[in-house]
Amino acid sequence: MKIILHVWRQKDRNAEGKLVRYECPNVSEHMSFLEMLDVLNEDLTAKGDDPVAFEHDCREGICGCCGFVINGVAHGPMPGTTVCQLHMRHFKDGDELYLEPWRAMAFPVLKDLMVDRSAFDRIIAAGGYVSVSTGAPPDGNALPVPKSDAERAMDAAQCIGCGACVAACPNASASLFTSAKVSHLGLLPQGQPERHERALGMVRQMAIEGFGACGNIGECEAVCPKRISIENIARMHRDFLCAAFAERPHVETGGAG
Amino acid sequence: MSVGSAAPSAAGARSADTSKLLSFYHSPVGKKAVMAITGLIGAGFVIAHMLGNLQVFLGPAVMNAYGMKLHESPPLLYGARTVLLIALALHIVAAVQLSRMNAQARPKGYAKWTPAGSSYASRTMRVSGPLLALFIIYHLLHFTSGVAHPNFHYQDALHRVPAPYENVVAGFSNPVVSLVYIAAMIVLMLHIHHGAWSLFQSLGLNHPRYTPALRSLARAASYALLTGNCAIPLAVLAGVVK
Ligand code: HEM
Ligand code: FES
Repeated sequence: MKIILHVWRQKDRNAEGKLVRYECPNVSEHMSFLEMLDVLNEDLTAKGDDPVAFEHDCREGICGCCGFVINGVAHGPMPGTTVCQLHMRHFKDGDELYLEPWRAMAFPVLKDLMVDRSAFDRIIAAGGYVSVSTGAPPDGNALPVPKSDAERAMDAAQCIGCGACVAACPNASASLFTSAKVSHLGLLPQGQPERHERALGMVRQMAIEGFGACGNIGECEAVCPKRISIENIARMHRDFLCAAFAERPHVETGGAG
Repeated sequence: MSVGSAAPSAAGARSADTSKLLSFYHSPVGKKAVMAITGLIGAGFVIAHMLGNLQVFLGPAVMNAYGMKLHESPPLLYGARTVLLIALALHIVAAVQLSRMNAQARPKGYAKWTPAGSSYASRTMRVSGPLLALFIIYHLLHFTSGVAHPNFHYQDALHRVPAPYENVVAGFSNPVVSLVYIAAMIVLMLHIHHGAWSLFQSLGLNHPRYTPALRSLARAASYALLTGNCAIPLAVLAGVVK
């Protein structure tokens, strides 16, 4: 089948970008979306043109590298799917698709469909550490974790940090990502000692990076390839609000260290 | 965070508390908590206000007695007005600050953007809010102070207690005025449709057992506000209330 693409082309961080029209005449329905772009890039290279830059690594929907906006929806029209796992059988012959990078002040475009997501790394770093014993492995079940807590922590830990939530949010808020990271530790006993500091630090960093505020509209949860729920955002708000009021002055003296 | 000594002085503790409050409000999550609490005050008020207004259907005696009763205890009346005005001011200041921050976070929009899971009401809070602000100004000048009311009546001119029944009937006899009120109630419906559940999410309350109920409750409240409030101008125009 034939697919017409309008792809955002931007030389580098500082260049002005624009949408460029390409025709992909022989798209197989078995191809993934990225494989279609691979073929396009081979054609472009053969013609001596610059191939379209896009990020990818695992191509099995688990690493969080890939992602761009297809016709105004992050990761395209299939719910719970990354673009690398999106197959061309979901499109029809003659479809015109607009491909744009994640758009956010905190995610500057590096080239074409690739953005710099290191702001996410700094949010993670702002969360600090977790106090766990190193050395000999602990006895199994020495630290009881209720099954429903473990499941909700695992649901939150599914976040692959792709950035689709930011891309889909009209405010470019990173609340879904940050709340998933706050939650997967905050739900477990191992995450309790630093729970408040983590929420304060990560929420603060989110604003420093220039992400917007959450309006609870739910676009993020609709496009998330891992179907992370906005229930996590409420948990982050709760942790932040409790922490902001419960926080005590840091005491330097005392303790046996 | 703030580093305090082991035994902070009273003044030190106080300034630490102030800075804690400031750093709380400095965060977008803190601002949203302020919006949520002030919004909750507003939502509670608009529902109570509608129930009060519906007394026009019980006739001039009941409606005007209700108005008189509110004016009989000035501390209560002015106390309530002060709380509402402060809540509104905080709501608007936080809305403006957050809107500015949100616009900066997305300097370049998409050539194409397709909503995937949000309601129309939720996406238009930034429009419905300012429209409500304009309506509140007009509404206060119209039915509260009477400045924008061409035919304003008092039931006790000496103590400047307005006659709400006569004012409502005279006001809504003008179809243009009625239309403005009906349009404003559609805007209020949209704002409450999203706002009345969103506020719980902002305050950190979300639970699979209660959130669907809260969403339904928000929807029900928004439709009740629309129908209840619009019934009044429509009844006046239809000659049912005169
Ligand atoms: C009748 C008066 C009003 C009521 C009852 C009301 C109620 C609410 C409620 C309950 C929320 C949800 C808060 C949250 O998500 O935590 C909200 C949000 C909002 N309100 Fe209002 N509001 C009123 C007037 C206004 C006015 C006058 C403005 C504008 C200047 C405004 C602007 C906004 C905005 C922009 C939001 C969304 C904030 C965000 O998600 O970033 N509202 N309102
Ligand atoms: S390439 Fe790894 S998730 Fe798509």
